[in-house]
Amino acid sequence: MLLAAAGPVIPEYGRHSSSCVVHNRLFCWDWVSHNWDSVLWPALRQHVYLALIAVSIGFVISIALALIAHRYRWVERPIVLVTTFLYTIPSLALFELLVAPVGANLYAAEIALVSYTLLILFRNILTGLRDVPGEVLEAAEGMGMTRTQQLLHIELPLALPGIVAGLRIAVVTIIALATIVYTIYDAGLGVPIHTALGEGPFKTELIVAGVLTIGLAILSDGVLVLIQRALTPWARARQGG
Amino acid sequence: MQLRYGRKGCPSPGASLTSDDTAHLEGLSAYAQAAELELRQVSKRYPGQREPAIRELSLTVPAGEVCVLVGPSGSGKTTAMRLINRMIALSQGDILLGGRSVLEREPRELRREIGYVIQQIGLFPHQTVAENIATVPQLLGWPKQRTAERVRVLLETIGLDAEEMSGRYPAQLSGGQRQRVGVARALAADPPLMLMDEPFGAIDPINRAKLQDEFIRLQAKVRKTIVFVTHDIDEAIKMGDRIAVIRQGGVLAQYDTPAEILRAPADDFVAEFVGADRGIKRLQLITLDQLQLIDPGDTPARSATAAAPIQVPADTTARDALSLLLSSRAMYLSVVDEQGRVRGLLTVELLHRTLAADGHSRSTGANGAEGPAGETQPDGEASVPSTLSGGS
Repeated sequence: MLLAAAGPVIPEYGRHSSSCVVHNRLFCWDWVSHNWDSVLWPALRQHVYLALIAVSIGFVISIALALIAHRYRWVERPIVLVTTFLYTIPSLALFELLVAPVGANLYAAEIALVSYTLLILFRNILTGLRDVPGEVLEAAEGMGMTRTQQLLHIELPLALPGIVAGLRIAVVTIIALATIVYTIYDAGLGVPIHTALGEGPFKTELIVAGVLTIGLAILSDGVLVLIQRALTPWARARQGG
Repeated sequence: MQLRYGRKGCPSPGASLTSDDTAHLEGLSAYAQAAELELRQVSKRYPGQREPAIRELSLTVPAGEVCVLVGPSGSGKTTAMRLINRMIALSQGDILLGGRSVLEREPRELRREIGYVIQQIGLFPHQTVAENIATVPQLLGWPKQRTAERVRVLLETIGLDAEEMSGRYPAQLSGGQRQRVGVARALAADPPLMLMDEPFGAIDPINRAKLQDEFIRLQAKVRKTIVFVTHDIDEAIKMGDRIAVIRQGGVLAQYDTPAEILRAPADDFVAEFVGADRGIKRLQLITLDQLQLIDPGDTPARSATAAAPIQVPADTTARDALSLLLSSRAMYLSVVDEQGRVRGLLTVELLHRTLAADGHSRSTGANGAEGPAGETQPDGEASVPSTLSGGS
């Protein structure tokens, strides 16, 4: 972006050098307000997109894999093997590895991020499906529900807490991980963080970008909790009547 | 928590629950009433197992009767039940429901016509009570309003307040309430047959007795054909119009009325299974108004011990009366009707004579029973059936 060019980056004192910036205090509000529109807000928006796309695609793939593994038990092991392998590849290495075949672009970034969601989501969705009590399924079958009806009306709704639990971990993980997308693709909150790290003693940019990342993760997690509450009113109805 | 399966007296006409009410509804079963169930030489053999789980089981349950499958664990009684709604595929033989083979039926359609209650109940935790009960009507595509009305009637029938309970989730119910909702759910589409697998097995003894009583009252009203699985012989005697005693290997040991099975067990296995106290259990099946009581004019001379004889209502069971005779050490009890008029006197000898006479009068019956002699020697040395010693 603005400052991503090569060479040592010298803080731009010239453009809007307030006394705070010039004296290099720990945190300068005026720097934040001056750079919000040009640096921080675009980076935040990109970060949201990066994470949203990755988790969405990862979710679709994982739920398909989990449904297959739920039906055919033997496919669970190979899927776990592959997704665990993907999960253990060091992220920086994976990003770099993808540049050769895919290019240093959004696709490479998303492929890497998606691959990190698969293990988390697959495992949680499958656990959610398997945790449906046997007697509930027996009753469903005994009353004449088809396999599809059991899946749609019984198993998936009952797996919702597990599914959302997986989504929460995946979302927080991906929001954190997306800060290193900058190494191959110029987007996300990793960009201002990287810039700040190159700027020597000036810390405001680093702090703001870091806080935005953490805030985004906490906010997303909170939204998912609210969604789960709305979707599973029965899970809170524990107290006797 | 006052619990009723719609007890005595008639609730409002809308609250009654006979087959006639719903038989005309579209999408409902082909059976207007409870249907006869017939198992013909049914066998189940699992691949890789030498012994069949069910061996040539034949029995007929007349429409509207409760048949209890009873036997030790592993005898195959649950398997036998699940063959009926094709949760398990049978290997040989045939099962007819209302004269029609279940094998001709599409399993899912068949199951929607057969009420199904299991021990763990299996209510859907994410659905409300009303949604749970509406399961089969919805599968059958009933109109919304009809389903809602049906749910309301059923809740009323099982003694739960429709207004209050409809919107609750299973987690908010007590064990007994869950069990009732499970029964209501099984009854929802007015099935001609109900399968109940240890439906009261997970309930504590006090509530179990209550639920059993409620269920007997409910059955008197809905008159379903019911196959009821239990390992508890006392429950079998209480609930069953007929009892099928099944032994290891899925072999039918005896199929008869509770009184007959207690009076004349077919073999040692049945005798042992019904218990050494089967004489007492027989008394359970008899109420005092069924007895030829002693005329109060013939008061035995030795009654001088009791100035005022103990009075018991005529609907007391003979078992309770005997217990009272023993514990009070009275020589006789005075049996009174609802108006308090003395109907007659009861002595231990009379009970003794009753059982003996009952034995004589019926020993000419079908099963080649042993007659009263068998009573004194439940563990006699009759030949041990080979199936008892044979495989697991």
